[in-house]
Amino acid sequence: MTIVAGCDVGSLAAKAVIMERRRVVATAIVRSGPKPAESAKKAMDEALSQAKLTMNDITWCVGTGYGREKIPFVTESVSEISCHGKGAQFLIPSVRSIIDIGGQDCKVIKLDAKGNLVKFITNDKCASGTGRFLDVMAKVMNISVSELGERSLIAKNPITLASICTVWAQADVIKHINARRPAADVCAGINVAMANRVSMLANALGLENDICMTGGVAKNKGVVHALGRIMGKRIKEIRQIDPQLMGALGAALFAHEQTKKGGAQS
Amino acid sequence: MITAGCDLGSTTAKAVIIENKSILASAVIPARLDPIVSAEDVMALCLKNAGLSRDRIKAIVGTGYGQQQIPFVSRLESEIVCHARGAFFHHPTARTIIDIGGQDSKVIKLDSNGKVVQYSYNDKCAAGTGRFLEIMADSLNLSLEEIGSVGNTCKERLNISNQCVIFAETEVVSLVNEEKDPGDILNALFRAMANRVCSQARSLTIENDVVMTGGVAKNIGVFNALCQSMGTAIKTITDLDPQINGALGAALLAQEA
Repeated sequence: MTIVAGCDVGSLAAKAVIMERRRVVATAIVRSGPKPAESAKKAMDEALSQAKLTMNDITWCVGTGYGREKIPFVTESVSEISCHGKGAQFLIPSVRSIIDIGGQDCKVIKLDAKGNLVKFITNDKCASGTGRFLDVMAKVMNISVSELGERSLIAKNPITLASICTVWAQADVIKHINARRPAADVCAGINVAMANRVSMLANALGLENDICMTGGVAKNKGVVHALGRIMGKRIKEIRQIDPQLMGALGAALFAHEQTKKGGAQS
Repeated sequence: MITAGCDLGSTTAKAVIIENKSILASAVIPARLDPIVSAEDVMALCLKNAGLSRDRIKAIVGTGYGQQQIPFVSRLESEIVCHARGAFFHHPTARTIIDIGGQDSKVIKLDSNGKVVQYSYNDKCAAGTGRFLEIMADSLNLSLEEIGSVGNTCKERLNISNQCVIFAETEVVSLVNEEKDPGDILNALFRAMANRVCSQARSLTIENDVVMTGGVAKNIGVFNALCQSMGTAIKTITDLDPQINGALGAALLAQEA
């Protein structure tokens, strides 16, 4: 029995996936603390306890995410671009474009038919178009980030935000709240602004079908729908697993490949 | 002939009254909620400072972000043209003007006659504008007025790697938690901001003399960081508040019918 794991330490959340023969047996998502090594361990311990396993049972563990170099228990580390590609292609073999929105960055990744990375583009310079944008807006509205998605679905007349900059958009949102616009309309406007910014990045690379979204923001239906509408493209929903786990899933799949190559220590 | 300029900015309203080429009075007030009230208030204060009544003013040029709201103007001119005129009035050798306002940053190139030949305008991103400083001053619990001198020098050279206001603010929070000196943090912030403005300036070809105007020119720390970044000496307007440069330019333009 070969059991492998993937651990993805992001800016806001640490994720772990444990697999046995390309089948997911346990997953965990925990909030990242200031130390990536501790966040990684917390996520991994939670997944291990779910699977009733210990670290000794894991043959190969691949680390990924911005804190990947700091994870003590991994066998090797792989870039999150490759891991998101790997994970998405595993769940949707026809996928060619992946939009991954994390807590503090946004990536658009293109794959060929075999799932190899063709090219990618990243924004980690500007908070707009990243999970951080939604975080800031949710805080202003005094609701949770997940509510931002849910509430927007019943909007009748979404507000328009004049600027993509998080700072200016925040001032705009406050103005609309003070003008007593319905919360649903404000939420929807925020999601559209977010989608507009992401579409700029996506258009810079050019998208090819099929398209899917990964990362925590993929759980916000308001952003996903707005993005599909703005780009005039269908975005395939990932149903088999929480899209936030995609990097960790890809990492686990890389770990699995390593054991197949006979790289595993017996 | 007595004329006036009124510059309705995002955070302050400015007015200047001149007679031919000499300044009679000026005024700066924080922007009110209603831009019309801002315009009326700043003009009333400026007239009071000059000891003049409104009917003595032959022409008034309006400019700035809220220019459309100014009720009493003879005509409007863009902020670019007004800032160019004001800076060229003080420094006829000026060929590049860097103006940083509360919510925007502009780089303007002039020819030897003071005519605008090229400019770059940023109001899309808060980095590199006065808003960046406001937010950082807030997060360090200092006033906008005091941060300039506090951050002008550093004991320990820290670095802020982000130019984005949101991401830089996170860096500030971690530096504060590491108990770093606020002056050192500010100094790093000023360098980050200067780099941002400098890359905007570099999108045009920089020609000397460079003159800095706008409210942020009063921040000595940013001013020095910008000189460093640009690798050149920058002039500022010393005998006048650099924040009223746009209004002065407007008043000068009002002299021309």
